[in-house]
Amino acid sequence: MTTLFFIEHANGQVSDQSLKAISATSQIDGDVHGLIVGSDIDSVIAEASKIEGLNKLMHVDDDSFNNILAENLTQLILNISGDYEYFLAAATTTGKNVMPRLAAKLDVSQISEIIAIEGPDTFIRTIYAGNAIATVQTSDPKKVLTVRPTAFKSAVMGSSGCEITKINAENMPSISEFIGEELTKSDRPELTSAKTIISGGRGMQNGENFELLDKVAEKLGAAVGASRAAVDAGFVPNDYQVGQTGKVVAPELYIAVGISGAIQHLAGMKDSKVIVAINKDEEAPIFDVADYGLVADLFQVLPELEQAL
Amino acid sequence: MKILVPVKRVIDPYVNIRVKSDETGVETENVKMSMNPFCEIAVEEAIRLKEAGKAEEIIAVSIGNQSCQETIRTALAMGADRGIHVLTEKKIEPISIAKILSKICEQESPGLVISGKQAIDGDNNQTGQMLAALTDMPQGTFASKIEIDSDKVKVTREIDGGLQTVSLNMPAIITTDLRLNEPRYASLPNIMKAKKKPIDQKSPEDYGIDVTPRVNVLKVIEPPKREAGIKVENISELVEKLKNEAGVI
Repeated sequence: MTTLFFIEHANGQVSDQSLKAISATSQIDGDVHGLIVGSDIDSVIAEASKIEGLNKLMHVDDDSFNNILAENLTQLILNISGDYEYFLAAATTTGKNVMPRLAAKLDVSQISEIIAIEGPDTFIRTIYAGNAIATVQTSDPKKVLTVRPTAFKSAVMGSSGCEITKINAENMPSISEFIGEELTKSDRPELTSAKTIISGGRGMQNGENFELLDKVAEKLGAAVGASRAAVDAGFVPNDYQVGQTGKVVAPELYIAVGISGAIQHLAGMKDSKVIVAINKDEEAPIFDVADYGLVADLFQVLPELEQAL
Repeated sequence: MKILVPVKRVIDPYVNIRVKSDETGVETENVKMSMNPFCEIAVEEAIRLKEAGKAEEIIAVSIGNQSCQETIRTALAMGADRGIHVLTEKKIEPISIAKILSKICEQESPGLVISGKQAIDGDNNQTGQMLAALTDMPQGTFASKIEIDSDKVKVTREIDGGLQTVSLNMPAIITTDLRLNEPRYASLPNIMKAKKKPIDQKSPEDYGIDVTPRVNVLKVIEPPKREAGIKVENISELVEKLKNEAGVI
């Protein structure tokens, strides 16, 4: 029984999400092999090889893998898939893009975004955006899983590295091509990996007022999100949206400002460790899930909050 | 060019989910059902491509019980041309759905398949990618922009941290993200017209696909309830609690 884990990296480091997700492999018997791709990534390879629990690290040194195409990465994993029983990756946009393609090529079902491992073939995952929790058992001989990073603690780094092997990218399909990437230039973390999030709702009244949140976010090193109501009202773009149809987040601290707490928003943030609600309507349902509620006018207290931090 | 749009019937996104007391699943009886929001976006995008003269025909496909016909009718009312309903009472997994869709692709030879990135019930986010694998087509998942340029399609994708653009050889599979468009509401005349549009009824057996589930749901429970916490009086009390009690700042 051996597990293959796909390790992601960015800016010269193993991604936080991969480090968290790979710790799920400690609950699966047998060796764990890592796969990491890209060119000129020696320092990342050295770092990744020290992840505790990793028995072997395979890497591809190839320019074409600096920007991952699902078609090519799937083929690469298929090329080495023979003896593996488990295939895991973090449920990032890359993991979600590639793993189902791999599962279908292996003719198995995928178990998406697991939050716990119950047994060799039994996993726990959320459905209905976290409104229900399902325990599922697969009868497939090979298991393809994506792992929700927020459900696991970061893997520990050992002192010495594991065996490192170079593999080649062969039989790559040429049916897709990378054109470009436009990464949001921000010193702030992105929503899905942020430790702290401050979100605004319809109570913000307009897009300009989101600057009040930006200022607090600056102090906290937080990401800024929004409710669907704020997005629908045109205050901020859709990629800010936290909720059932937006992003599902689970930060250490979630501050909901001027958000009433519609089901669709709660579904996206109620797994946050600590929830703060600031709303002038003391009847707002958001207070039912908040650890700390402040009934106040947000325009008065947001500047105070910024000052106090 | 034909565009194939798979559509799924799900519990309406604004309905409160109730977990059954026997832990076998989520209550779907007497609950308002709607087209999965990401599928609506897929239908809308197909219609826009047709309106722009890039496509001739839009085929909406749904797989499931008899009520799925309503979901197909919704797509037809929005502007799809015809429907295919694959009737099954069984609970059907993404891999089986992808297999049925791959057979439909063989028969219909669409230039594009546009599907939602995930359904808001199972939250699997698999079917589009699996269909791409089975048909060996390239995939543009989580699309926020689609541009067709002769035999290629350029897809801007929502990725963690920003946007990525890929160019795919057609035929290709695209899965939709929220920013792609805002779906239209069907007008009353179009709802009437949709009643006359054809829906082909099929079964998984017609496509020779065994839909026996590989994943057994052992139990479904409610998530742990969050207790309402305390009210604080002002910002300084809030900051003090977050620092010293919760230890999160």
